[in-house]
Amino acid sequence: MIPESHFLILGAALFSIGVFGVFTRRNAIGILMSIELILNAANINLITFSKFSASPDGLGQIFALFVIAIAAASAVVGLCLVISIYRNSKTILVNKINLMKW
Amino acid sequence: MSLIESIRFITPEIILLAGAIIILMFSLFVSNKNVLGVFALSAIVAASLYLPQSQKVEPVLFFNMLTNDSFSLFFKEIILFITGIIILISIGYEELKEKYIGEFFFLLLNGAIAMLLAVSSNNLLMIYLSIEMLSLISYILVAFLKNNTLSSEAALKYFLFGALSTGIMLYGISLVYGLFGTTDLAMISKAVSAGQINNLVSLILLVLILAGLCFKCSLVPFHMWAPDVYQGAPTAVTAFLSVGPKAVGFAVLLRIFSNNFFHLYINWVTLVMLISIFTMTIGNVIAISQTNIKRMLAYSSIAQAGYMLIGFVVGTAGGIEGVLYYIFAYTLMNLGAFGCVILVSNYLKSDAIEDYAGLYKKDPVTSFMLSIFLLSLTGVPPLAGFWGKFLVFNAAIQSKFILLAVVGVINSIVAAYYYMRIIKFMYLEEPKAKEIGPKSVPLQIALAIVTAGVLIAGLYVTPFLNWVKYSQSFF
Repeated sequence: MIPESHFLILGAALFSIGVFGVFTRRNAIGILMSIELILNAANINLITFSKFSASPDGLGQIFALFVIAIAAASAVVGLCLVISIYRNSKTILVNKINLMKW
Repeated sequence: MSLIESIRFITPEIILLAGAIIILMFSLFVSNKNVLGVFALSAIVAASLYLPQSQKVEPVLFFNMLTNDSFSLFFKEIILFITGIIILISIGYEELKEKYIGEFFFLLLNGAIAMLLAVSSNNLLMIYLSIEMLSLISYILVAFLKNNTLSSEAALKYFLFGALSTGIMLYGISLVYGLFGTTDLAMISKAVSAGQINNLVSLILLVLILAGLCFKCSLVPFHMWAPDVYQGAPTAVTAFLSVGPKAVGFAVLLRIFSNNFFHLYINWVTLVMLISIFTMTIGNVIAISQTNIKRMLAYSSIAQAGYMLIGFVVGTAGGIEGVLYYIFAYTLMNLGAFGCVILVSNYLKSDAIEDYAGLYKKDPVTSFMLSIFLLSLTGVPPLAGFWGKFLVFNAAIQSKFILLAVVGVINSIVAAYYYMRIIKFMYLEEPKAKEIGPKSVPLQIALAIVTAGVLIAGLYVTPFLNWVKYSQSFF
């Protein structure tokens, strides 16, 4: 059986890739995908802890279900905002979206 | 308490939800701002009448997911007040099209529900869900002016920052669940006080959870969204964002850190103290050079969050009372300031500070009220803002946080410059030729209420101090 630590390392790696992606991607869709990675890293953690805990109560799995639903909802809102910015300024590259600064 | 019995404790939320759905359906037939606005307002009033009283023995609601203590009641009262004032303000806000006003009130009432749930949550799962609900609603509200490039740009920035920071917070919550095997704050608190957690691990957890809450309260280093969002969003939404999510962020911050994680105080105090110092300083220094009043108020609200954080760092009963009173005072004066900005921008069609020149000669009432709010934000006695600052700094000095108090006082002096600058523009400069149009009555009612609030909470402070003391008593 695969030990608990392997799952946690996978989760931490996904989290780091996600944070890295958010800071380096220029395309808004790319940033959205990186954010999904962060949420899924948390999901992996939650399910691992739930599965390997001394007294499994399924709380982590329920939590993960909620997170999946929230992730879907925030992807919808995020894509809507990307469409709205595309209609107004014809670009979704975040370094071109700079009407306001300082 | 069984599930059915707990339902009566969420009557305000149910009333608001029913009101929101009815407004959404009605807006198909009626698209009159006043009718829908009055209906939304009556939903708020009904909800506040049905606010559950606090009990001697705190009931266990929904498997201890929610609580009904005096602390959450304090914030519930403030949240319903904020939402009511925002509804009055948005009736008088001309950029909101009548066509979409139903959706606007629907989202606003749902935002109120999310905030009510967030301040009474007693479980990290519930806290995450309600904060995320509030965030999703605020993203949509910021993007409400569909054809306005600034509005959509602000919303995209807000969304990207928000999703990142709540993602980080969620990762922290997953680690908390792994360490303690539960997300219930009371049980976590028991495990923490039993000393089952080592310092480095606890610091990592605290930093991750702080990230999400710092975003909500616009604290450094998660403050960068605030100026852009405040400038780009419809001003009624800006007023909402500057007080609502901030109050919720502080409520959750106090509930998690000052109550349940208080045994880890030594671990987080230095970090939060640094955050407080940087938040005050950065907010105030950048605010000086702003030319747009909404952007200036954004930086000022970042700085104000820094002052509130002083009381949170101190962590004594006096400090927390200071934070609560400060949140109350800040709510009044910031709502008032943004209300005045809307009133002025309705006829000036501009948010530039130079266009406020000579406002006194054309519109003495509004300039007088705006001056009161700005003076209160500065902390001039006897206005409400003064008592907020006084309580917070006093608590810091009594607990020997001299550095924090000194930085706070220096910052308030710096802040006086940019608040007074607007007053100087209004009273001492020559007016530019621009006619003032008709002023919206609901907006003026809202302004009258908050002006009275700022004056009464400043001059007649004892009942408010007792209220704050009572709300703090659950700690």
